[in-house]
Amino acid sequence: MRRTETLLAIGGAALLVLLAILAPWLRFVLTIALAKGVAVLGILLLLRAGQVSFGHALYLSFGAYTVAFLAPAMPEALILMPVAMLLSGLLGLVIGLFVSRYRDIFFSMLNLAISMVFYSLLEKLYHYTKGTDGIRVGVPRFLGMALERDQFEWAMFGTALVLALAIGCFVRLYLASPMGQALSAIKTRETRLEFMGLPARAVLLSAYVLSALMGGLAGSIIAMTTRHVTPLLGYWTVSGELVFIAILGGAGAALGPFLGAVTFELVRVYAAASFADAWQAILGLVLLGVILFFSRGLWGMVESLWRRRA
Amino acid sequence: MTTSASMSRRSVLAGAATSGSLLMAGSGAEAQPAKPAELKIGITTFLSGPASVFGVPAKQTAEMLAEQINAAGGIGGVPVRLSFVDENPGTEHLVGEFRRLVQSEGVHVVFASISSGSCLACTPLSDEMRKTTILWDCGTQRIFEEGRHPFAFRTQGYGTSEVLAPLLYLLKHKPDFRSIAVINQDYAWGRDSWELWRAGMDAMKPGVRVVAELFPRFNSTDFSTEITRLLALRPDVILSTSWGGELVTLVRQANERRLLERSLMVLPVAEASLPPLGRSMPAGHIIGTRGDHWVNHPRPRDKAALDRFVNGYQQRFNQPAIYPCHHMFQAFSALQAAYTKAIAAKSGGWPNDQELAAAFQGLTFDTPTSRITIREDGQGMEDQIVGLSSFGTLPYAVPEKMMLYPATNVSAPVGQKSVDWLKTLRAGLENTAGEAI
Amino acid sequence: MYGWFEENGLLLGLALLDGLAYAALVFMVAVGLNLVFGVLRVLNVAHGSLYAIGAYAAASLGLFAASSGLPAWASLPVLLVAAALVGGILGPLIERLLLRRIYAQEPVLQLLVTFALFMILEDAQKLIWGTQPVQNDAAMRLLGNFDVPFGADFIPFTAYQLFVLPGVAVATLVGLAWFLRRTLTGRVIVAVTTDREAATAMGIDASRIYLLTFTFGAILAALGGALSSPTASLVPGLGAQTIVLSFAVVATAGLGQIEGAALTALMIGLSRSIAVYFLPEAEVLTPYLIMVAVLLVRPQGLFGVAETRRV
Repeated sequence: MRRTETLLAIGGAALLVLLAILAPWLRFVLTIALAKGVAVLGILLLLRAGQVSFGHALYLSFGAYTVAFLAPAMPEALILMPVAMLLSGLLGLVIGLFVSRYRDIFFSMLNLAISMVFYSLLEKLYHYTKGTDGIRVGVPRFLGMALERDQFEWAMFGTALVLALAIGCFVRLYLASPMGQALSAIKTRETRLEFMGLPARAVLLSAYVLSALMGGLAGSIIAMTTRHVTPLLGYWTVSGELVFIAILGGAGAALGPFLGAVTFELVRVYAAASFADAWQAILGLVLLGVILFFSRGLWGMVESLWRRRA
Repeated sequence: MTTSASMSRRSVLAGAATSGSLLMAGSGAEAQPAKPAELKIGITTFLSGPASVFGVPAKQTAEMLAEQINAAGGIGGVPVRLSFVDENPGTEHLVGEFRRLVQSEGVHVVFASISSGSCLACTPLSDEMRKTTILWDCGTQRIFEEGRHPFAFRTQGYGTSEVLAPLLYLLKHKPDFRSIAVINQDYAWGRDSWELWRAGMDAMKPGVRVVAELFPRFNSTDFSTEITRLLALRPDVILSTSWGGELVTLVRQANERRLLERSLMVLPVAEASLPPLGRSMPAGHIIGTRGDHWVNHPRPRDKAALDRFVNGYQQRFNQPAIYPCHHMFQAFSALQAAYTKAIAAKSGGWPNDQELAAAFQGLTFDTPTSRITIREDGQGMEDQIVGLSSFGTLPYAVPEKMMLYPATNVSAPVGQKSVDWLKTLRAGLENTAGEAI
Repeated sequence: MYGWFEENGLLLGLALLDGLAYAALVFMVAVGLNLVFGVLRVLNVAHGSLYAIGAYAAASLGLFAASSGLPAWASLPVLLVAAALVGGILGPLIERLLLRRIYAQEPVLQLLVTFALFMILEDAQKLIWGTQPVQNDAAMRLLGNFDVPFGADFIPFTAYQLFVLPGVAVATLVGLAWFLRRTLTGRVIVAVTTDREAATAMGIDASRIYLLTFTFGAILAALGGALSSPTASLVPGLGAQTIVLSFAVVATAGLGQIEGAALTALMIGLSRSIAVYFLPEAEVLTPYLIMVAVLLVRPQGLFGVAETRRV
């Protein structure tokens, strides 16, 4: 299965490149999907510990607004991304120190509350954030080169793909490491973890900070791809979407989030194109179908298909 | 051998990539296009969420107009086909959809957005994709004041004129007011419109006391606390640029608690909320419509056309044609006029994107009530009519004692920022800027 | 020289009146959510949709009642009837057809099922009631105004806001407390809330209790919406805003705690209206700040009982 996963990842990446070549407009959608996939990897880490964050749109929007504010001063994509990621990780550390004391519903709701505070501030601090109108992000340089729109879009797509593969690998390794094993222990029997001398809070906190880093990075990619950021990126429904994608893709493997994100974005685009009035209901039905009939998500389906053949 | 094979494969891929994207993105930008089988129009509007109060009537209008246009032989002999996109899911979805409309659906023109945020996100795309984009409803003054957008055109008025006209009306109608309170939605338009109003008011009537600046959460359903505060403060005038369901709620709650007996209300975006308000809207308050398209316009340019449009819409959808319907009408009217102009300029040939955009420069097109000219910066010059709420034959309020403010008198000149320009206004303008009709 | 209180005391009094009415509405939505969560351990995102549908149904039913010649006083009971209909029909349907299938699953899946339901119901509302504002304020107009003295001046409040909303909320609180403490079914519900494993081990028919509680919660949500409908005009997107606020109340209150929900709703209502008077910019933040502050001091919520840690 391990080798299969690697093969599937490479195959999937190739398929995405092919799609992006064949349909230029899809390149944009796929870049967003890959970015969201990265953010969902963070959700996946927390899900391993049985914790659902209903507020990770906070890190997405924080990363995006970091780019929006800093882009005029340092218009270089390859600096903006790590800066947004690190600042977001820092924010994650501060908030994580607080929320990692809580479990289950309290963990979910505290994350939700903090993200809603940030969302409200984005709307309220009108003179800095332009409120709901949002901030425009110019085309930054890439590796010091001023690129044309088309080339820049390719650069962003490529970057997102490489980052997705790299972070996917990292998450796989992390989950297999003792730290990752300890995460699963939080879900099943937290107290036993502490008997073994591992502080559960530190285990959860490190996963939380990692998820904030990933969220911030994803937000920075989204900001530079859409090139206009609005507070809506931090609304609670976006947090819900991230959890939605995690489950849709399947929380079992690092490929799941990307499978979920690409499916989610494509379903949304096609539903919006064919039923502009009812795209939301269609997404809801898809989600319902997946949970009721394939609760292990799309990745679970792939797995069982594979097993049957083997 | 292997090297060359892989090289060639790569170059084929690269070639496919560039030619593919060129074909899609720049279709017709330089080439001479043949007459298409269909004229494809992409329309972004709110189909869900609170602003669908405007978005859905506009969509219905677009469908009705497209049918009428096609029944009459299309635009330049080409039938139109519409695709709609919902603005509600947010910018990141919308800009993706804009790309899809242009690169995949191959639309010839995009009608963009009710929300100012959506317009601000879409106009840069229109520059990059060189696709004519009609900003059919959004009002932010930032669009053309903060940059040039050669492919974007606004076929209606904008925030500055829509705020200044009611202000001038107030100055003339109640020149002795000394205190004012504002209660606007807490988002860009609510904040922007207050900034515009304040700049103009402080310039033309210095010394008015602002007793409260209330910005309740966007999409609030309860204003009782705000109303209590306004009742206690007793300001002479209350300004609210709120719209949709929120304005209906605000006026109903305020009217029930007799706030409107204590203070004069100024409601620049009242028109669309008047039918659902019915008799809950008291008479004698200042109401605007983001334009001049009141159903009881005393001297429309083409009375028959106005009646045909308004009655046709009412009969078909069993709803009054509120202002977004008129704005959609204007967008179609502008499109028809631009194609006619561009086709004539090319002596019968079908225009490419560049030529179509060029036709919009300085274009004049008809609306049922008036004529709108698109200025060199892309801004449409739409007249404003403001009046006092009153009841006639309709079951809801319409204006009386109307004043018409020609667009040129209430819009910031090209190249000037609205707030700066408003600060230069002086008392007395209220007597010269408009005429009673 | 006046002190701060002499200057602002009167305003504070007004803020209190407004805060009470708002708190009443917040309580009505949150208490149902809290009850459902306490028993089923499912955080129902679609609770906000039930609120919205309750509001729409109450407005429609009220308009229908008026057009079929029912007297004006009927506009008040119509609110209750609409809520009972919406909750009584949708509640069992949702519980039997959806939730029942996923009780054994992980909590995140349960949460997402209701999230999916929320998305479907959002579009369903649009399909049924359209996008134009729907309203029926007969119930508010029926009772007229009540003038509250304010120094030399007076401030008209609607009697509906001043008496009906807090009245119904207090009646609900008292009724619920009585039901949960004094009736057998109520005690079973409490038993399941405090210790599900022990309760089912003692032979309690969980399936029946789940159905009952969920239906009850749905009726309360719909009633909250119905009560808000006379003062508000209804537009799409109502549910999304309601639900986040109720989440905050539930987490602050402690799981399954109805007194906690009442106290939290009161704190949120009062601080919100005080904010409108003295610090308008902070208004939207108040519920979340209260929640964070409460959970800092009491991690299990105001009235919550800390769960014993399993070994």
